[in-house]
Amino acid sequence: MIRYESVSKQYPDGTTAVHDLSLEAPSHQITVLVGPSGSGKTTSLRMVNRMIDPTAGRIRIDDREVSSVKPAELRRGIGYVIQNGGLFPHRTVLDNIATVPRLLGQTRRAARRRAMELLDRVGLSAELATRYPAQLSGGQQQRVGVARALAADPPIMLMDEPFSAVDPVVRTQLQDEFLRLQRDLARTIIVVTHDIDEAIKLGDHVAVMRVGGTLAQFAQPAELLARPADAFVAGFVGRDRGYRALGFTAAGELPLADEKPVRLGDALMTARDRGRDGWALVVDDGDVPLGWVAVGGLPDSALRGDVTIDLLNLGGTLAGVGGTLRESLDAALSSPSGRGVIVDLDGRFAGTVTAAQVLSRVETARETR
Amino acid sequence: MSDLWQYLQANQAQIENWAGTTVWLIVLPLLIGLALALPTGWLAARYRWVYPPLIGITGVLYTIPSLVMFLVLPGILGTRILDPINVAVALAVYSYALLVRSVADALRSVPAEVLAAASAMGQTSTQRLLGVQLPLAVPVIAAGVRVAAVSNVSLVSVASVIGVPQLGQLFTLGNNTESLTPIVLGLIFFIALALFLDALVLAAARALTPWRRAVAS
Repeated sequence: MIRYESVSKQYPDGTTAVHDLSLEAPSHQITVLVGPSGSGKTTSLRMVNRMIDPTAGRIRIDDREVSSVKPAELRRGIGYVIQNGGLFPHRTVLDNIATVPRLLGQTRRAARRRAMELLDRVGLSAELATRYPAQLSGGQQQRVGVARALAADPPIMLMDEPFSAVDPVVRTQLQDEFLRLQRDLARTIIVVTHDIDEAIKLGDHVAVMRVGGTLAQFAQPAELLARPADAFVAGFVGRDRGYRALGFTAAGELPLADEKPVRLGDALMTARDRGRDGWALVVDDGDVPLGWVAVGGLPDSALRGDVTIDLLNLGGTLAGVGGTLRESLDAALSSPSGRGVIVDLDGRFAGTVTAAQVLSRVETARETR
Repeated sequence: MSDLWQYLQANQAQIENWAGTTVWLIVLPLLIGLALALPTGWLAARYRWVYPPLIGITGVLYTIPSLVMFLVLPGILGTRILDPINVAVALAVYSYALLVRSVADALRSVPAEVLAAASAMGQTSTQRLLGVQLPLAVPVIAAGVRVAAVSNVSLVSVASVIGVPQLGQLFTLGNNTESLTPIVLGLIFFIALALFLDALVLAAARALTPWRRAVAS
């Protein structure tokens, strides 16, 4: 557990970076500090490993006050992922990851062996070990940054905008992998971000900070979306929060329509017979949904031939059985047929659901809350 | 061409002697200048307020004409006017003046997030300086060393005007005897020396920065 007790940081020129911050980041969970620039979130993060010392208040890790520990010693026990990776450009990937084990006195050989394990752990191939950071893509650099922070197996990790320097697709991928990693490792983590979506996705708890370094609200993501503490938080959390809040409610058992899918290579006539409202679902040989084929309002003469991949409409998203209301609603809304495709844990087709069905479930969820 | 060869053979012992003096008069001051520039350059990079006055003073040092320096130094050092030490000290001062700025700028050019990461990993400030900041500063420092090396080559020949025995003597000799041969020979020596030293520093810098080659390829 990391506890801020009335922590303030004021600079000699009078600017206040952080003002009277009190919060507790629980052990084995992810706490996100989110806010606009100038809200003191990075300063707050850096006070934990004493890269910045507070001018008032205390920070404790479990029951140890951080100011009582020498900075270098303290930091070797705290993983740190910096914005843009912050990798050492002159060291190979392996030696970057081995940095902290080496500082802790491990032999080069032992540190490198450990680094190889971590390379694998963060999903990078062993052949990248001897590369230099500039030879990696942005996403790979970020992964190395995470591996380096984990190398000495620290119980605590601090992450400053860890996924901000990559494109949205890679970012989502890295976030998902990070959450998967955390499920195994269960570290006490503080993440700083300016992106509220990232905060809500990653955080078990989210601290929204406002300019001037004060805490506006500290809550679990669902709570933050449902009950913003004030106008600032409401504005910062943004539009669509009603919709996003559905991402925290399990869809439960949805009534799945009895959809009869076709396979690639089936005749278009078959597709027309099995489809409803002019659309038929197409799955592959393993029952994995591929897309929709339009068969409505066409004369028989246009329906000669087979279902081919070129004819598919790929617009719909997929929702998992046991997923959230948001996923199922999105699947229904994005589907050209208006029927959202639900898949099982192996990605196989399970059934379809309409927006109206999901919405009635939303109403039920509201009543039982 | 055959003139040059004959002249070289006729004066071989003399020229070898001069060449030896020339090389150490160039290289030793360069190394001393670098050794002194590293700590002071570090100070200027570390403490913001040190930078402007230090760069100002060393800038002025470099503008002192070398001839003046050669003539004034014996008075300050208590050496004889023809003592090569005067030349060595003068060139060390020039090398230092050039390199302080290179070292300070090189250390400052290391990205802040890399230094922050080094601290955050738990490196002490000494570990960080020697293990991260200095290695990353090598390319910029090396660029400064190349300039200083070539500058020393051209400055050392001026010492011949006051009669310090080294390859620059070929120029005064040619002038006095109204013979072109020693002048051309001297030119060839100095140009070759400048090119050789430049290539040497470049090779050393490349050897010290393997990561830059890896990225380029």
